[in-house]
Amino acid sequence: MSNLLDLLVAGLATGAIYAIVAVGFTLLWQTSQTINFAQGEFVMLPAFLMLAAMHAGAPFWLAILIGILLSLVLLGLGFKMLLVDPMLRHGVLPLAIATMALAIGIREAVKQFFSAEASPFPSVVPAGDVAIFGRMVSLQSLGVLALAILAVVGLTAFLNRTSIGHQMQAAAQNPTVARIIGVPVERMILLTFLINAFLVALASLLITPIYLAKFSSGEVLGQAAFIAAIVGGFNQVRGAIAGGLLIGVVDNLAAAYVSTQYRAAVPLILLIVIILFRPQGILGRAEERTV
Amino acid sequence: MKALRKYRRLALGALVIAGLIVVPLNFNRYGLFILSQWAVMTIAAMGLNLTLGYAGQVSLAQGAFVGIGAYAAAIMTTQGMPLMAALGVAVVLCFAIGWLLGYPALRVQHHYLAFVTLAFSTLAFLVFRNEDWLTKGIYGISNIPRPTVFGVATNRPLPFYYLCLGSLGLVSVAMWWLIRSPWGRAFLALRENPIRALSLGIDTRRYTLMAFAIGSALGGIAGTLYAPLTQYIDPVPFNLSLSLDLLMMVIVGGAGFFFGPFLGAMIAVLLPEWLRFTEGYYLMLYAAAVIGLLIYSPSGILGILDRVLAERRSKAASALRAVAKSGFEAAP
Repeated sequence: MSNLLDLLVAGLATGAIYAIVAVGFTLLWQTSQTINFAQGEFVMLPAFLMLAAMHAGAPFWLAILIGILLSLVLLGLGFKMLLVDPMLRHGVLPLAIATMALAIGIREAVKQFFSAEASPFPSVVPAGDVAIFGRMVSLQSLGVLALAILAVVGLTAFLNRTSIGHQMQAAAQNPTVARIIGVPVERMILLTFLINAFLVALASLLITPIYLAKFSSGEVLGQAAFIAAIVGGFNQVRGAIAGGLLIGVVDNLAAAYVSTQYRAAVPLILLIVIILFRPQGILGRAEERTV
Repeated sequence: MKALRKYRRLALGALVIAGLIVVPLNFNRYGLFILSQWAVMTIAAMGLNLTLGYAGQVSLAQGAFVGIGAYAAAIMTTQGMPLMAALGVAVVLCFAIGWLLGYPALRVQHHYLAFVTLAFSTLAFLVFRNEDWLTKGIYGISNIPRPTVFGVATNRPLPFYYLCLGSLGLVSVAMWWLIRSPWGRAFLALRENPIRALSLGIDTRRYTLMAFAIGSALGGIAGTLYAPLTQYIDPVPFNLSLSLDLLMMVIVGGAGFFFGPFLGAMIAVLLPEWLRFTEGYYLMLYAAAVIGLLIYSPSGILGILDRVLAERRSKAASALRAVAKSGFEAAP
């Protein structure tokens, strides 16, 4: 029992990061039917951009700013204009395949231009432990959790309380009607891509100090976010959040109590069970089929 | 006119087949390895093309079925059993698992099925890696023997290449027959409009499962050739990226076109080799090429060809119409 609390906190911390990535994933799906198989690589890349900025001599805070800006330009604007816009009218599948190719491209580019080795990455949260109810809990986990919760709460507040947030939701739910009532749908879609780029940069900043910066780390991350999004509900932001937290906790508990060899299997089995019995996800709405 | 086109097409086919037999005669070991790999991957991609291109079900598990086939072959032939027995086991096993995996396809559609198969793919990889007693885990299985076919030992690269090519030929003929049979038409109906197919009396349940199971079994066949080809297997080649690669082959070649997988596998297996002189950049260039192609033609390479041919045909037809019309007017 003693380390259950540690496991829960660590699980919630990684889960919160998965949730951020999964939210971005569902936002892209909702507004532009993009299943982004490169989402994991999107999380991997900003850390390397920040490292590159630091190699060039920028202090850490400036490197973070540069990394976020670059990922807004590359992973937000560039991704939308160069890949999604020309392919969207061709349907979901070719676009999904193109993002798979993009994932290979990003991975290889990082391997070629940066390094094939894992590099350490400075943490935004100070290291050390803090006592809670007489137990020592890692400060890093708590810091990550706090920042991730802040981001998620901020995003939900933005989507539900501001006018632009409402317009974004309208553009996602029914673009035609939204356009009729004067929502600038195109601009809203661009905004979701920028938000996704910001979220992945944030996730990159939070998760890289834990798992090191490596060109291949995107695969695991992308899959975790993917599973989180489906388990929670593919068409709901709050579903993705719940899914992310759940996957993080389940993953950590499985590593401790099931077996380290099959820890990765537990979220997958959860995924299959959810799809079989509740395909719309825990918090999702059912999607209607059309004839 | 039509007969002429048919003969021209037959001649082209014969030429390609002759080329595939004659040209590699003086290839070196590595070239033959790559060509054999192309044949093997084409078989796997054909299976996926049946599932995806004809029946319209997205599967991200084809790599796992190749893995199951490869492990069946590796385990059984290193125990001294013949490859044919392994082939039988692989086909039955993959067919059965594919059938079971198809059940979610009945409940959910499109991307959800992709997710189930994705999960299955990763689960299969975990089993390959962790069940040491069966698969020797990360150490892999080495010294996989190559079979003797009709009294000819295929230990050398050239005979084994012919074995792969022959298998590809047999599978192609079977597939050609299958998609022209009533089953093939039912698969197409399923892809185009499942509800309409159902209302026309097609048992969509059975055909969905069937498309999945047959496609998976072809993955198993490819796997049983893969193991003796490399003569050493470990879990790494059968992870999720093989499934994604196979999916890319089918889409890039042209999903739903008979020759799509041939071209797609050619690009996925041979293009990286041709680009090898660019050293570290070759996979980047490959990725860029795939993205560029899909932006230009989302229905793949054969999609471009199809478009060009359709345009030429309609031009020819309108020219004929113009001739007929002028002749009609001139005749009075």
